[in-house]
Amino acid sequence: MNFPKRAAPSVGRLLASVLLAGLALGVQAQPGSTVYVSSEKDKKIYMFNAKGDRLGAIDTCERPRHMVLSLDKKTMYVCCGNSNELGVIDMATQKMVRTMELGESPEIFDFNSDQSTVYVSIEDSNVMAAYDMATGKELFTVATGGEPEGIYVTKDNKYAYVTSEVANVVHLIDLKSRKVVKDIKVGKRPRRFMPAANGSELWVSDELSNSVSVIDLASHTVKHTVVFKVKGFRDADVMPVGLVSSLDGKSMWVALGRANHVAEVDVATRQVKQMVLAGQRAWGLDLSPDGKTLYVANGLSDDMTLVDVSGTKAKPVRTVSVGRVPHSVLVSR
Amino acid sequence: MRAGRRWVLSASLSLASIWPAVQVWATTQAPVAVVSLERDPRHAPRRAERAYPGHPTSPAIEGVRLGASDSAYELGTQNLALDVKEFKLDGAQGIARLLDQMKAAKVKHVVADLPVPLLRELAAQAPKALGGALVFNASQDADTLRGADCQPHLLHTYPSRAMTGDATTQYLASRRWTKVLVLHGPLEEDAVQLEAFRRSAKRFGVQIVQERPFKISGDPREKDLGNLRLLTGDRQHEVVVVVDSDGEFARTVPYATQWPRPVAGAAGLVPLAWHPQWERYGAPQLTRRFLRQTQRAMHGHDWAAWMAGRAIAAAVLAQPKGGVAAQLQALRSGSVTLDGFKGKALSFRPWDGQLRQPVFLTHGDGVLAMAPMDGVLHPTETLDTLGVDRAESACKNRP
Repeated sequence: MNFPKRAAPSVGRLLASVLLAGLALGVQAQPGSTVYVSSEKDKKIYMFNAKGDRLGAIDTCERPRHMVLSLDKKTMYVCCGNSNELGVIDMATQKMVRTMELGESPEIFDFNSDQSTVYVSIEDSNVMAAYDMATGKELFTVATGGEPEGIYVTKDNKYAYVTSEVANVVHLIDLKSRKVVKDIKVGKRPRRFMPAANGSELWVSDELSNSVSVIDLASHTVKHTVVFKVKGFRDADVMPVGLVSSLDGKSMWVALGRANHVAEVDVATRQVKQMVLAGQRAWGLDLSPDGKTLYVANGLSDDMTLVDVSGTKAKPVRTVSVGRVPHSVLVSR
Repeated sequence: MRAGRRWVLSASLSLASIWPAVQVWATTQAPVAVVSLERDPRHAPRRAERAYPGHPTSPAIEGVRLGASDSAYELGTQNLALDVKEFKLDGAQGIARLLDQMKAAKVKHVVADLPVPLLRELAAQAPKALGGALVFNASQDADTLRGADCQPHLLHTYPSRAMTGDATTQYLASRRWTKVLVLHGPLEEDAVQLEAFRRSAKRFGVQIVQERPFKISGDPREKDLGNLRLLTGDRQHEVVVVVDSDGEFARTVPYATQWPRPVAGAAGLVPLAWHPQWERYGAPQLTRRFLRQTQRAMHGHDWAAWMAGRAIAAAVLAQPKGGVAAQLQALRSGSVTLDGFKGKALSFRPWDGQLRQPVFLTHGDGVLAMAPMDGVLHPTETLDTLGVDRAESACKNRP
């Protein structure tokens, strides 16, 4: 096991590491599948094997957040919110090889289908900015409501959807005319997107409305709102952020923030099927390539929960320490 | 105002792109009056320079402007807009004239940044004079405004004294620093604040082992009242709480006690509505927007003014045609919630019009904790562990 360098580890951490090492003896790491977790406060992306054993860390630009893999999977891109860069990480050497300058306080990004253009929400200037990946040049910006965040670019490259956390809308942006063509009113503080139902729906998490809004992509209207109630938690603590779709597309996993749970929603019926306990402020999510393990980044307890979702009844199996303020999870596949 | 202008520009650009056929004048403007006092002693230049924590350093207008511009896009999608106007009051005798001016400007939404007696008077007269009004208190923490002197249409975005006191005692209780020496000043307001602290201490099981008056005085007979080493000489207390509505004495207490004891209250560990170093829940974006607009850091009073602007926008959006009565109902019933960048949806208490909100426990340069503290529980709403709960409220004048 290869531990990242860290200054003066606490006794608790050391103990935890010893325990982890002990557990790891019986675990054979799956080759090819690595779990990457961006840690906002220590300029690192931590790497784990599929079982949650820490493999090491990649030094990044400041405040790494959202991560996306290149089409050939040889490169990983990470958005750095404090140094205003897109970090480019070479997956073979697991090092950040260069950065591309972005606008002030970038958070979430998406690409067009051939990844020649990146679209980034620029929180501090209230715009969605497009950059040419070859030259790094800003191509254009589109003004949005306050604090744009989630971005989803349609597969035909015609539209981008962008949430505005302050204006409580999802903007539909026509990428050809470079204009907002519709504002779709959703819940309070909309955060992230995940397409569903073969791309005919777009699910958006409403952090301050304990809900997820389901947008019908044909009519661009909200056709359903999934409301979450968690036993033992007040509605105000139920703050959905991260979303990930199951491999078969039948379920949507939703991280519920301060309610410290993840929920599984049946995409067809919109019914909440089950809730699983994670850590504090569960938000970033991803699934293993076989769809059997859900990885949950917990922003307040600085750890990641591994949830076994292979059966009908999901259960948390392990929680591992991850840096300071883990944000997003990406599983290479 | 650089950022403010850019906001307007971006909003109008996007509007134009959404409804190319809609003309600018189709937008319904809601005038918002921000009322401040001419030569307000709280904002006197030399006073503001001292920047005692929890004291206002500037009038509310900038905060309300930012709240309105933050709301502009969402309002624009419904063809609505807020028009923030500044009004100056020159004393109690000027209230009638001010109300006439506001009526002429068709004002129904008022953010009052005034001393307590003037605020009470203006709020009392506003509904009749303006044909219905919503008044927001964005700067006063007086518990009486939420209690015996409450008014149905008067809402408070600034936390009450009871709330900040409860935040402090929750923190002390969570650290098991439960033996308190209270130093309290000679002013009338100090007596009110002392009473509020006694209530908070009792509520969270913090024991006041000693109360000692202090006074900054040149009178040789009163010299002992300003002698910190004498005032803090007994050693059974674990923490010193300073009740000082002025702030000058409190500033001299941390690190100057006879025994090594932490200091809380008006100095040291101070409960605040906002702190520019608060990092979570998107707070840096808000603080940065305020900094760009005003070239200064955002503090609690600015936050409360911003929140008032946001609350007015939320009310107008919830009830664009219903008038202020329906808007008031929407806000006081809790059906409208607000995003205060404190990590929770915030709502107004139906019983006294106070905005529920977490309170930051801060020291000079940072935020230590956010109350309600972990482990403090409430049967229905944890935020109601801060301040006066439904059953305790002295407010009779409810809608």
